[in-house]
Amino acid sequence: MEPIIRLQDVQFEYLSFEGEEIAALNGVTLDIQKGEFVVIIGHNGSGKSTLAKHLNALLRPSSGVVWIKGMDTRDEDKLWEIRQTAGMVFQNPDNQLVATIVEEDVAFGPENLGLPPEEIRRRVNEALKAVGMEEYAQAAPHYLSGGQKQRVAIAGILAMKPEIIVLDEPTAMLDPVGRREVMETVKYLNRHEGITVVHITHYMEEAVDADRVIVMEQGKIVLQGTPRQVFSQVEVLKEIGLDVPQVTELAYRLKAEGLDIPLDVLKVEEMVEAICRL
Amino acid sequence: MPIIVEHLTHVYMPGSPFESLALDDVSFEIKDGEFIGLIGHTGSGKSTLVQHLNGLLKPTSGRIVVDDIEITSTSKVPKRLRQHVGLVFQYPEHQLFEETVYQDIAFGPRNLNLPEGEVERRVREAMALVGLDFEAIKDRSPFEISGGQRRRVAIAGVLAMEPSILILDEPTAGLDPKGRDEILSQIKNLHEQRGMTIILVSHSMEDIARLVDRIIVMNRGKIALVGKPEEVFSCVEELHAMGLGIPQITQVMRGLKARGMDVPDNIYTVDQAVKVILERIRGKKNA
Amino acid sequence: MLKDITIGQFFPGESVIHKLDPRVKIVLTFAFIVIIFFVKTYVGYGLIFAYIALAVRLSKVPMRYIVRGLKPLLFIIVLTFFINVFFTPGNKVLFRVWAFKFTQEGLNQGIFMTLRLALLVVGTSLLTLTTSPISLTDGIERLLQPLRVIKFPAHELAMMMTIALRFIPTLLEETDKIMKAQMARGADFESGNLFQRAKALVPLLVPLFISAFRRADELAMAMESRCYRGGQNRTRMKILKATKRDYVAVAVTVLLIAAILLDSYVL
Repeated sequence: MEPIIRLQDVQFEYLSFEGEEIAALNGVTLDIQKGEFVVIIGHNGSGKSTLAKHLNALLRPSSGVVWIKGMDTRDEDKLWEIRQTAGMVFQNPDNQLVATIVEEDVAFGPENLGLPPEEIRRRVNEALKAVGMEEYAQAAPHYLSGGQKQRVAIAGILAMKPEIIVLDEPTAMLDPVGRREVMETVKYLNRHEGITVVHITHYMEEAVDADRVIVMEQGKIVLQGTPRQVFSQVEVLKEIGLDVPQVTELAYRLKAEGLDIPLDVLKVEEMVEAICRL
Repeated sequence: MPIIVEHLTHVYMPGSPFESLALDDVSFEIKDGEFIGLIGHTGSGKSTLVQHLNGLLKPTSGRIVVDDIEITSTSKVPKRLRQHVGLVFQYPEHQLFEETVYQDIAFGPRNLNLPEGEVERRVREAMALVGLDFEAIKDRSPFEISGGQRRRVAIAGVLAMEPSILILDEPTAGLDPKGRDEILSQIKNLHEQRGMTIILVSHSMEDIARLVDRIIVMNRGKIALVGKPEEVFSCVEELHAMGLGIPQITQVMRGLKARGMDVPDNIYTVDQAVKVILERIRGKKNA
Repeated sequence: MLKDITIGQFFPGESVIHKLDPRVKIVLTFAFIVIIFFVKTYVGYGLIFAYIALAVRLSKVPMRYIVRGLKPLLFIIVLTFFINVFFTPGNKVLFRVWAFKFTQEGLNQGIFMTLRLALLVVGTSLLTLTTSPISLTDGIERLLQPLRVIKFPAHELAMMMTIALRFIPTLLEETDKIMKAQMARGADFESGNLFQRAKALVPLLVPLFISAFRRADELAMAMESRCYRGGQNRTRMKILKATKRDYVAVAVTVLLIAAILLDSYVL
């Protein structure tokens, strides 16, 4: 099957403050299948956010090609169709809500698409329900918690009926409760609505349930695979300054001490099980 | 100098329809040179609490004593309190405004009317404390350096006031693991080498567990739990009810204990866990 | 401080007045403001007073909210009263105090002006108290729509108002935070002469502007990624439709205007 997202040797350069050319993306080739839940990790400046903005045609490659559902992002005529296909949620929950009432904000996207009012109303109600915010339809955004605001932002994207949702560090500014809310919403949308998810983060815990984890460093993909495959590479991850979950680190350390512990431990229960089996 | 808080209550916008009780009869003491972790989810009252400690907010009732300075609902806050108690807000880089890094860090000392020589000494020292290279960065604009550096410039701006108590509200929010570890190790140094009293507000149980002497857990404007990390992390049910978790390692230890293994359940770092598990496993094999 | 201002504040509710079409409410408020400057008799004021009292009653907004809107303007209202009392030329002297004389004309004029100001404030606050900012902007956008013919940017104006309304609370919160952060570094916003105080604002205003620009930048990107491309081809979820109650409100107001004009200029 044709991958829904396809990047072919994508390069992206920009000028820094000092006027030097910096390669934010340095030859990224990547296929993402419909319905996949992909998590991209990497530290600040690794190019992960630049990559995200390419998926929504907010940025276009300096060289190489990005196809979203077969549409080349350099094609001006397809711009709006691409943006509707791949919706985007940003880091700061405050700076992406436009309207003073939750439901009006969710309606913003469909209104831009020029849909008839009854259809917008139907979509808004559905989207708010999908993120569990229907009680807050009439609330003002600034009375909501960070996690709730992000869910409203997600609903705003959902109401445009996208096939892909790209989330650019949506949890970076949230507390643990807010992070959990957002992650549960995202997983729900992937599993039950079949939406392809590209989730960008530097919290490793959020990658545990992904279908695929991609590690970026200096504009390149340095590691990819299932969460188990990626997290078992403790040394590589540490070298590029990324964290591994405490249990994975524990497994790594115990293994180094000569114990027979699998390296791909991701969850507390698995760790307990592995130690008890010794 | 110790901090004493007695029956501190704070009500926001009293008498309006938006009236809310942010702090409800809070009492505690912090000893000289202690490293305190302050935990609680958003809206638990921790930000309101720390703003009282340097007089940015005044109690509705109750009192706070820092050194010999007493603050009650009626007292006038002396300027020197702000100097004694340094407060680093969340996302402190949002307060930078000067043309150069040097000027920005010098803002605090200049407000204290210090001679220029002393200002420079303090700027140099503050930059060294947060690991910034004075010569390389002093004349650059704070808006063209990296996010992690900006955060450190902002922290240096508070350190240049030479406070003896330093409060940091989520100093690692939004930073990546590398930036986070750098900042946390510098804070640890301030505590160990300078003997500063530190109050670290954080959501991360793992970070808190690694660093602090004592934890204060806030919930709905009250102090819910106080104690050493191992004491606080043993109250799993209470923490869970407040929407807070415990470090993964502590969860593993509790899991092992539930399965009948003789391990302490008050362990919260990977190092401790490795040691204990190795002892048990090797002990079992030798027996 | 800033939170005490009621003009522009919205009091959520389900009353008849809340449910009126915002376009109708805006037009009626304008008509109301104009007509209070045409009233010349106490009977006329009686009618207007009855009209606004009925509207307040129907809106179910507590009286204290309405009164609170008047408070910040109390000084101006009292001043207007005295200025008019003392400086209106007249012959029917009622009594004198020192160099001032109180005339019947002056007193009338003073009372009229005071009433006008108070009614003006009550009328406009009632509009904002019963109309959510978003429907207010909607109403304005649609009322201005015909002006598009002469290239008037009705949609852009409304979008700007919406965004401003959305970000006012956020920026107020941010101001408070930056102010406190600078105070923690020994900044003093409260003492000194005017010049020193103005200078003390730099550490507050610079970060605030930077943050506002950053927000604007991010918001623009978020809007673009949600397919915003100006007012062209854009539809709206909520359509404004005048109903029976709107016609009744218009009819009542027209009757009031007729009665007042009749009373003040014909009889």
